[in-house]
Amino acid sequence: MYGQGILKGLFVTFKHFFNTYVDDLRYAGRKYFRQDNFEIRQGLKAQGAFTVQYPDEKIAVPERFRFTPFLVVNDDDHPEAPGEDWCTSCGICAKVCPPQCIWIVRGSDPATGRPIPQPTAFFIDIDICMNCGFCAEFCPFDAIKMDHDYEMASYDRTRNHIHDKERLSKPLSYWKTIAPTTALEEAIARGGWEHPDVIKAMKKQGKTPVEPTIDNMWPKAPVTDADEIADKAPAAAVASSTKQAEVAGDVKTQDVLPEDPEKAARLAKREAALARKRAAAGGMPSSEPTTVAEAAPAEQVAEPAVVVDTQANAGPDATPAGGGKPKFDKQAMLEKIRQKKAQKGG
Amino acid sequence: MVDYPIEVTDVSAAVTSLKQKFPEYIQEDTRQGYSGIIVDRNYLVEVARMLRDELGFDYLSSATAVDYYGISDHMEMVYHAYRTAGGPALVFKAQTPRDNAEIPSLIDVWPGADFQEREAYDLYGIRFPGHPNLKRILLWEGFEGHPMRKDWKEPYYTEEHKPFDSRWPDGWVYRAEERNVYGKNVQYPADFDLSKLTDRSEEALYSELGLGVSIQELDSDEALKTDRLVVNMGPHHPSTHGVFRMIVTLNGETIESLEPVMGYLHRNHEQIGERNTFLHNMPFTDRLDYISSMGNNLGYALAVEQLLSKGTRYQPPTYRAEVIRVLMTELTRIVNHYWAIGFLLNDLGAFFTPALYAIAEREKILDFFEATAGSRMMCNYMRFGGVFKDLPERIHSVAAKINDMMRDYDTMDYLTELINERIPRSIDELDTFLTDSEIIKARTIGVGYLPPEMAIAYSAAGPLLRASGVPYDVRRADPYSIYPELDFDVAVRYNGDIYDRYLIRLDEMRESVRILKQLLPRLERTKGEPIFAGNKQHTPRVPLGESYGRVENPKGELGFYVVSAGDEKGPQNPWRYHVRAPSFINLTPLGPMCVGHKVADVVAILGSIDIVLGETDR
Ligand code: SF4
Ligand code: SF4
Repeated sequence: MYGQGILKGLFVTFKHFFNTYVDDLRYAGRKYFRQDNFEIRQGLKAQGAFTVQYPDEKIAVPERFRFTPFLVVNDDDHPEAPGEDWCTSCGICAKVCPPQCIWIVRGSDPATGRPIPQPTAFFIDIDICMNCGFCAEFCPFDAIKMDHDYEMASYDRTRNHIHDKERLSKPLSYWKTIAPTTALEEAIARGGWEHPDVIKAMKKQGKTPVEPTIDNMWPKAPVTDADEIADKAPAAAVASSTKQAEVAGDVKTQDVLPEDPEKAARLAKREAALARKRAAAGGMPSSEPTTVAEAAPAEQVAEPAVVVDTQANAGPDATPAGGGKPKFDKQAMLEKIRQKKAQKGG
Repeated sequence: MVDYPIEVTDVSAAVTSLKQKFPEYIQEDTRQGYSGIIVDRNYLVEVARMLRDELGFDYLSSATAVDYYGISDHMEMVYHAYRTAGGPALVFKAQTPRDNAEIPSLIDVWPGADFQEREAYDLYGIRFPGHPNLKRILLWEGFEGHPMRKDWKEPYYTEEHKPFDSRWPDGWVYRAEERNVYGKNVQYPADFDLSKLTDRSEEALYSELGLGVSIQELDSDEALKTDRLVVNMGPHHPSTHGVFRMIVTLNGETIESLEPVMGYLHRNHEQIGERNTFLHNMPFTDRLDYISSMGNNLGYALAVEQLLSKGTRYQPPTYRAEVIRVLMTELTRIVNHYWAIGFLLNDLGAFFTPALYAIAEREKILDFFEATAGSRMMCNYMRFGGVFKDLPERIHSVAAKINDMMRDYDTMDYLTELINERIPRSIDELDTFLTDSEIIKARTIGVGYLPPEMAIAYSAAGPLLRASGVPYDVRRADPYSIYPELDFDVAVRYNGDIYDRYLIRLDEMRESVRILKQLLPRLERTKGEPIFAGNKQHTPRVPLGESYGRVENPKGELGFYVVSAGDEKGPQNPWRYHVRAPSFINLTPLGPMCVGHKVADVVAILGSIDIVLGETDR
């Protein structure tokens, strides 16, 4: 009969129409307000429409999802070296990056000019980044990972879309949150939760790093009252925090503007962690550089302790110690960058 | 199918008989890592004719140019000819000096060389005497130079090869626009006056097609007097699946001629590819046919692996890696055909209901891709000698943003349910929904007919070729990966019209499901086995030579011609990186297919070819 095919097709349409409302009936009109039906609605048993009501609902992305990269740094309450970069500025990510959107300034010791395993600056132009994930895949230090934050629209591409080191850095705990299984697998491959160089240094000293398991993924809360220490910390740590910041080559620690409470909180947390560490070391400030150097990735540096000292005291940009909170001079740094650029571009 | 005068079984026998006939004009290509023959360009057409008519190499898969500037200072055209009966390629080349480069056109032997020769002219400046319509195809007339020549530099030129030295260890960031001021970053040909920008190419186009009313024809004694009219369909037209233009000459509603115009999405993918290192190209292949990135990845991986296997330290992918590769590419085929069928129906005027029903299941497959490869469409999953990572244990997510909703499934359960239940069910549903519909039949049966001889001659590939009754499928004709051990049939239909192209996609999806079902036990069996035999390397040293890796992509045969040359130690960057793009070459027969049909049919015929402009324009 002519028209039978069309009727058959219309029946399919009707079935879809009907299925669309089955869920509404089943969940009595509260289909979009419940987590428990989401997995079913979005899963393999789903029937009918499975629209996601973005932005009221978002599908949490799977672990391996890749958007733009971020740099892993130590947690802010890391007992040895809070906020320390994992990146050793080895440059592999910059080499494997297909559109060449990673720019790294390798740190160097101003006294000897020898390279040190810390990036002075690290930029990723996220307009150019093609989200391929090679940088994360081939970084030998697990120091760069793919972020899940895909909501990055902004009004000014020229300024906001080149992420600098500060913008890129996120603590290891963040990586553990967004990709727990992968983070654990990687830690097992490294042989510990710490940076590979720290693990290597520990092994050299005959210490065995804690074997990573799902149970020790999240460190126990510190014994000392963090807030109390954080209160005392700034005063106690002025002199050495300059050093610490220089060692880490970490702009972030210094660049604190009073109106940024989040950053201030992070800094306070780091100060607290450092204070705890000093307390554990018996309040001997002199022991500090050595410990830091131990904790710092030390692959290419023969005498880390010495390097640390020279840099802190004789570095051209070193803020005079004891002068209160060091102020990061952004203008000076920009000027330096411009000079470099002019030289290179010339 | 056809009885050839000389019964030849393999390529070397064919080469021998060629040499007997043309002793002086044919040499073996003896360069390290190369194969095939070099033909004296003055005898190219004769040799090609003999290849086609007497030796059975009736299918010209790829024709492309290479510039050996700085190595031996000549350019050459490389042709890959196959038998539609199956078997390996016969590679033949013709060389020309770089100045006044000229190679005779093979368009009379294989009309499928049409667009490919125009592309070589456009990008390399090789002229093809005998080509009736030799003009730029991907670039416009106001473009200075031929960008694939090795001595051509782009406006944002940084360095010859990646990785660029400016990125490390002293990588102070700058944006390329800061150094290349907008407006001063373009060059025009010397005689090109921008102030009087009239596109002379268009004029020529229209005059060729005959613009306006012809008095003689109006005076003719046809019953219905109709004007001849030139209509531009596209570049911005919803039916063109992107930015694509068809210049159509109409007589009333009937099409007299049709000329495709493309290149609006051109980015010189191949030039980028030659600056890149071998690995860098992998994510770039995702952006070719972005519906089926897994297949693109595999094609490129095969091409480079062919080169790598000439070295000593190369280890082929493990069995599990091969199983996963086939799993991914077959899922991709299903994804692509859902898309193709859905959007064919859009083109027929069934706006979006069938398309949405078709691509609903695609979401589930993409969820799996996302959990495994990290991205739904830009998968970047294959590596040389393996894959990026093994399948995850579970497809699960962790809430990290506000309003995040989580999901958690066991991967193998998910796959099993998908392959055994959901995909077959939805294919059947599409079948019930569309196949018998009288409207679809009326619109598609007998429209856009492509006879088999023509399909072969025009180098059509994939469903377009097989719907015309040519059972040519690279998975069977020139097998790769683990396809030889898998049990499936090459789908073939014989009417060569839109309806059959729709049906063959359903058939192919069913065959893919059949393959996928065989993969499930293999996946279970190999669980836990490594996916890499050797180490994953980011900058492999690739031995010198050439290779042509080809796969049966959902849209047709996708080939990568890769040359590794120059550096004796094995270069890091491909000297030549060419993509034989099915979406591009399948457009060659579009004009002839449309002639005599109505305007509305053009849209459907184009939809039935199934192109993606990312691949067409490259
Ligand atoms: S590869 Fe890793 S360690 Fe090396 S520069 Fe990049 S982020 Fe740093
Ligand atoms: S994701 Fe890819 S493109 Fe982006 S920075 Fe990393 S390597 Fe470069």
